[in-house]
Amino acid sequence: MSAKIHSQIPLEPERYELSAAPPYRFDLDRRDFFKFLGAGVLVVSVLKPAILAQESGGARRRGDSLPKEVDAWLHLGESGKVTVYTGKAEMGQNIRTSLSQAVAEELHVPIENVEMVMGDTQLTPFDMGTFGSRTTPTMNLQLRKVAAVARETLIGLAATQWQTDRLHLIAADGKVTDPQNKRSVEFAALTKGKQLTQTVSEETPLAPATNWRVAGQSTLKVDGRDFVTGRHRYPSDQKLPDMLYGKVLRPPAFGATLISVDTQKAEQAGASVVHDGNFVGIAAAGSESAAAALAAIHAEWKSEPQPSSKELFDYLRKSTVEGKDPTGDGDRYDVGAVDQALSAADHRLQQTYTVSYIAHVPLEPRAALAKWDGDNLTVWTGTQRPFGVRGQLAEAFRIPEDHVRVLMPDTGSGYGGKHSGETAIEAARLARAAKRPVKVVWTREEEFTWAYFRPAGVIDVTSGVRGDGTITAWEFHNYNSGSAGIRTYYEIPNQRIVFHESNSPLRQGSYRALAATANHFARESHMDELAHAVKMDPLEFRMKNLKDERLRAVFEAAAKQFGWGKSKAAGQGFGMGGGYEKLGNIATFAEVRVDQKSGDVKVVRVVSAFECGAIVNPDGLRNQIEGSNVQGLGGALFEAIEFDNGKILNGRLSEYRVPRFSDLPVLETVLLNRKDIPSVGAGECPMVGLAPAIANAIFDATGVRLRSLPMVPDGLKVS
Amino acid sequence: MAVIRLTINERPYTVDADPQSSLLTVLRENLDLTGSKYGCGEGQCGACTVLIDGKAQRSCITRVGAVSQKRITTIEGLASGEKLHPVQEAFLEAGAMQCGYCTSGMIMSAVALLKRNPQPKESEIITFMDGNVCRCGTYARIVSAIQKAAKAATASSAAKGAVR
Repeated sequence: MSAKIHSQIPLEPERYELSAAPPYRFDLDRRDFFKFLGAGVLVVSVLKPAILAQESGGARRRGDSLPKEVDAWLHLGESGKVTVYTGKAEMGQNIRTSLSQAVAEELHVPIENVEMVMGDTQLTPFDMGTFGSRTTPTMNLQLRKVAAVARETLIGLAATQWQTDRLHLIAADGKVTDPQNKRSVEFAALTKGKQLTQTVSEETPLAPATNWRVAGQSTLKVDGRDFVTGRHRYPSDQKLPDMLYGKVLRPPAFGATLISVDTQKAEQAGASVVHDGNFVGIAAAGSESAAAALAAIHAEWKSEPQPSSKELFDYLRKSTVEGKDPTGDGDRYDVGAVDQALSAADHRLQQTYTVSYIAHVPLEPRAALAKWDGDNLTVWTGTQRPFGVRGQLAEAFRIPEDHVRVLMPDTGSGYGGKHSGETAIEAARLARAAKRPVKVVWTREEEFTWAYFRPAGVIDVTSGVRGDGTITAWEFHNYNSGSAGIRTYYEIPNQRIVFHESNSPLRQGSYRALAATANHFARESHMDELAHAVKMDPLEFRMKNLKDERLRAVFEAAAKQFGWGKSKAAGQGFGMGGGYEKLGNIATFAEVRVDQKSGDVKVVRVVSAFECGAIVNPDGLRNQIEGSNVQGLGGALFEAIEFDNGKILNGRLSEYRVPRFSDLPVLETVLLNRKDIPSVGAGECPMVGLAPAIANAIFDATGVRLRSLPMVPDGLKVS
Repeated sequence: MAVIRLTINERPYTVDADPQSSLLTVLRENLDLTGSKYGCGEGQCGACTVLIDGKAQRSCITRVGAVSQKRITTIEGLASGEKLHPVQEAFLEAGAMQCGYCTSGMIMSAVALLKRNPQPKESEIITFMDGNVCRCGTYARIVSAIQKAAKAATASSAAKGAVR
């Protein structure tokens, strides 16, 4: 069932998902808001106000109807409590904290007064999803504006109350104060009995980062206490009275079809059994009894032969999608005359780089609890796209979207791996048959097998360079892994850069930093190879071909912190990688130690310099950068999905190695705080420099050039 | 099914369960103690870690029938009222989490480590904690949280010694 119902996960969020619009837009009625929220001040953030102004006469609308294109709203209640509603999802990137900071900053309230309601399709405005490092550049900015409008509204209310000029008044610490007349009034007193609605305009003035007091400060996870006490309820912890536990019968191979099934024994065991096309599922009183009933089902499946991981890279190269002209959407970039420049170059270099499929392994696997009330469906599930999952449920059950409510309790991570709603659909199907709420939590093996993977890829690079180190030609072909980060930031007059879509043998989708990891690995490894070809220092070679000031700055900062140029011992190696991704700039320097006898490779130290504009939460940012480097070690060194004939061969934590405490390098982070540049996201970019930095360091230590990720799944083979 | 008596967080519980059931399933489904997490079901990730007679054990591969005579401590039993355990406090202060799904298991393992070895060296922390996975990659912060908790415990026992 799952393979058929779920539309294919787009390869690239920036190519497909960001343009996904909701199928319906409903009028919002301000009276409904106040009925639900209580009296107070409501501030609504309107998307693209400039466009709306042209189309519909601006944000002011007739009657009680609010603008449709809303992406967030803030309610300041009669008690002074601030509640902010956004469709964004929290999964460990700590946006619940950074967004609260943004609101507290502009509204001038203590951060404790701010409550964020997130990812609930009934209560929050539509949101495409939480991916692509978009929360900070978009939602953070919108919420700052919303909070600023709320603050200005309160100042206006106080000015009216006191019959004074608002310019004499200031808002601070939850109060409006009149310093001249030494009087102040609590926000709560101003909102009492009001039903005021305001909309944000593009001109809403915001505090410059240089004046930030709450934003810009390290702030611990706002609800951290719930996590250290085990009190927080993740999607898999949700429970309802009379709830059953669901399990779904899995085919022995991808794409298999069900020939016959005998569910008699499961039914005799007292389980509720659903057989609907290819879908066979069980609901029982406990997860273990459900699993036992599932094991009692006898089924026969038919499957087709499929490629294996051993032939993966040949397969991807040969199975490019026919007839698809790789133009548009950033799939092809041409400048100058590459072929002539290559023939004229002093040195030419042609190399191929590959990356394997890897799994996200979110520590909390997919989970959902579903409940029907007549034709109305409510689902609690862990997803980065609550509204997307709402659409999938509506489609699967042929009901209107407004009959479906999806709630996203802060989930146990995602890393791009939780865009889809498999468990939501499974739990809902079982709940409908059982006429009781049903919870489905995938096992680790199911998560490894039936979710989706970071795309594998093959990258061919051909380059030409002059003897003085000037790169003159750059040809870059990426097969399957994606076009994020495919363009080079080095100054090269002649370029041909092409993304080729392939028929992926495995279900693939988004992943933290997605294709940018592969493209940076190929590009930054190749840069090192070119530097050696012209006998230049790799840093000097990069700088010679790099003009972008922000990128130069991170390379310089990281090199300084790392001590680039220092002498090394036997078995020790230094390397660098860096680049530009999701509007951020990263340079990563790595030190490795290679035991020549055992082939053991240890990443000893990683220095990252990162710049993402004005920093909102320095400690939260460091945490993201450290996490990127630790998680990135896995894909760089040892993570790879092995598969054969439609089966995953290493889909367990005992068979698929993820980074552990013993893999931990010394992590040093240099933050470049550009208060003059708008803040952008940091969940993805810091990862892209790591793999090439390690590859280049291994080469520095051993003279062995590794061009495939993972580089040393079984240790370094020194021939 | 059998009636099984358990002592969890110093409270007695009686559950009707298959003795072969995993302790984790019983904690989460029968007793609604959901602080212990499922991560892998094979004792590889440590998200389900609880203390059994003071020792860190993986509750997902522990049969409930085998622990009826033992003292079980879960994350829910660490704090006394609103006062957090020093290890919980240290994790908060060090910002030693992102999504927090591994945090219960990390804290329980850390408590067991400090019980056995109140002043662990960094290498001892790494060796002891290596069976606990954090996919968000906060290992460095967890190491520093454990060091903080160890220091706090020393300081507090020194203070107690001074009073005595």
